[in-house]
Amino acid sequence: MRLLVNKIFLVLSVLSALIGLAFLAWILTTLFIKGLSSFHFNLFLNDLIDGGLRNLIIGQFILAGLAAALGIPLGMAAGIYLQEYGRGRYASLIRDLSDIMMSAPSIVIGAFVYAVVVIPTGGTSGFAGAIALGIMMLPVVINTTDNMLSLVPRELREAGIALGASKYRVILDIVIKAAKVGIMTGILLAFARIIGETAPLLFTSETSNYFSVDLTQSFPSLTVSIYDLANEPEESSRDLAWAASFILTALVLIINLIGRFITRNKNN
Amino acid sequence: MEKLFQKISLGSASLVFVILVGIFLTLFSASKEAIEEFGFDFITNPDWNKEIILETTPTVTDTLEDSDEIIDEDDMILDEDDMIMDEDEVLFEEDDTNTKTVFGGLVPIVGTLLTTLIALVFALPIAMGIAVFLAEIAPKNISHIVGIAIELLAAIPSIIFGMWGLYYFAPIVADIVGGYQVSLLTAGLVLGVMILPFMAAITRDSMNTTPNVLKESAYALGATKFEVIKDIIFPYSKVGIIGSIILALGRALGETMAVAFLIGSIFVLPSAINDPTISIPVAMANNFGEASGLGESALFYLALILFVISFGVISIAKFYFLKKAH
Repeated sequence: MRLLVNKIFLVLSVLSALIGLAFLAWILTTLFIKGLSSFHFNLFLNDLIDGGLRNLIIGQFILAGLAAALGIPLGMAAGIYLQEYGRGRYASLIRDLSDIMMSAPSIVIGAFVYAVVVIPTGGTSGFAGAIALGIMMLPVVINTTDNMLSLVPRELREAGIALGASKYRVILDIVIKAAKVGIMTGILLAFARIIGETAPLLFTSETSNYFSVDLTQSFPSLTVSIYDLANEPEESSRDLAWAASFILTALVLIINLIGRFITRNKNN
Repeated sequence: MEKLFQKISLGSASLVFVILVGIFLTLFSASKEAIEEFGFDFITNPDWNKEIILETTPTVTDTLEDSDEIIDEDDMILDEDDMIMDEDEVLFEEDDTNTKTVFGGLVPIVGTLLTTLIALVFALPIAMGIAVFLAEIAPKNISHIVGIAIELLAAIPSIIFGMWGLYYFAPIVADIVGGYQVSLLTAGLVLGVMILPFMAAITRDSMNTTPNVLKESAYALGATKFEVIKDIIFPYSKVGIIGSIILALGRALGETMAVAFLIGSIFVLPSAINDPTISIPVAMANNFGEASGLGESALFYLALILFVISFGVISIAKFYFLKKAH
């Protein structure tokens, strides 16, 4: 009887794993079949107004890139504070708040940026979108930096200080270097996450059918356009949405796998 | 230089505090108009954007107004501008004295809670099974590969879950259960698939904190795998597992895109599990662009409610359960 219960339990557990894998396979094959059937090399050459995706892909990269340019230095500096300078109550409060911010609903961050950037500046803009994504990225970078710096042995810091280096030199030249790979992985995963975000962009950057690098206007976004296209009645719009989804997912998963590959190489 | 560097890092850290407090204050001040207008009744009122008549006008005036309009229509042939002016006046009068627009948040609040509940009921057993499989059952290399696959599932953008759910998953569910393809049920299930990998991954991490010595002693006493998991690992990591579940719940509450495709987006209380309705994030996603004045303020009120709920849920998970676990 005990052995039977054990058997049933093991079978159920394996079954759950298979269900999880089945969902992954189902979504990926759907994307592959639907995406490839409407995939054209021309998608990369034309803008949305001519039935392509060029402006959207470039726009999404610019938005996520600007967000990274905001989120990475600020997040790393904050992580350094938590691990190297901050002691006591304030640092642990910030650490807790940053953890909470990481799980805050992305649409709420969109609403926040709408209220403090879009309304005062009079309209949706690339800047607003980049700020919204930057706010999403910030706590993830803080968390990664904080965790990775905590793994650097004390002795390294002490050796640096014993050589007469000032504290910030020790941090920049020794501690960060020692934690480089881990931080880079975390940043790549954070980037993969924000480049696929839709909700914070809906009413901050919106999207545009045309190629644009003007950050003060509505800015082309791949994800927001997927949402618009998927809701349109024409078959051709939906096919384009599938092709865009395929490209987006491929991008996100590749960045993700690169991140994992870097860590694995280091561990071996 | 040292001082400057220290200041910059302190400033960046404080930014987290500033942003979070900023979000709260901004949402609060933007929703002030709606809060003053509706108060806490907002939470229990099922009507969204509905004109209600404040005082019933006597029938006599009604007929009078009617006859006025008839005359106006006659006038219209003669003088169009005059007629437009007249109609404007009538509209203004109605706005000021007889009707007002009412916004209530009950439908999206109920929609948010129910989709999250459905997602949780669906994802919980499967996520536990996966976590047990990864932590205890699978050989190391298989566990590693399956673990990566599960984490890739977690990395897929939510809008993809929405599209796949709408065109491939929902039709099958609707065939089995009946009812609409866009409904509480299909939205909840797709949300469940979305939080599944997240829940499984952090539950596995909690289970992995169980010391090997404990497990080995139990095996040495002749316990089966099931007994070790039930009597050793689960009690040991219980607090962490509950924390993981609540954290996944917090994620599900605020999810927008996957739900937006599937919930149907109508402000109607569902009477059955396969009825369409709306959730707070979806109400925001679909109406923010067009809203203004009181309507926009009501959406900010919804955002504030969502922010407070998810802040509370995540804090409980992090500070009560997950702190205790480590």
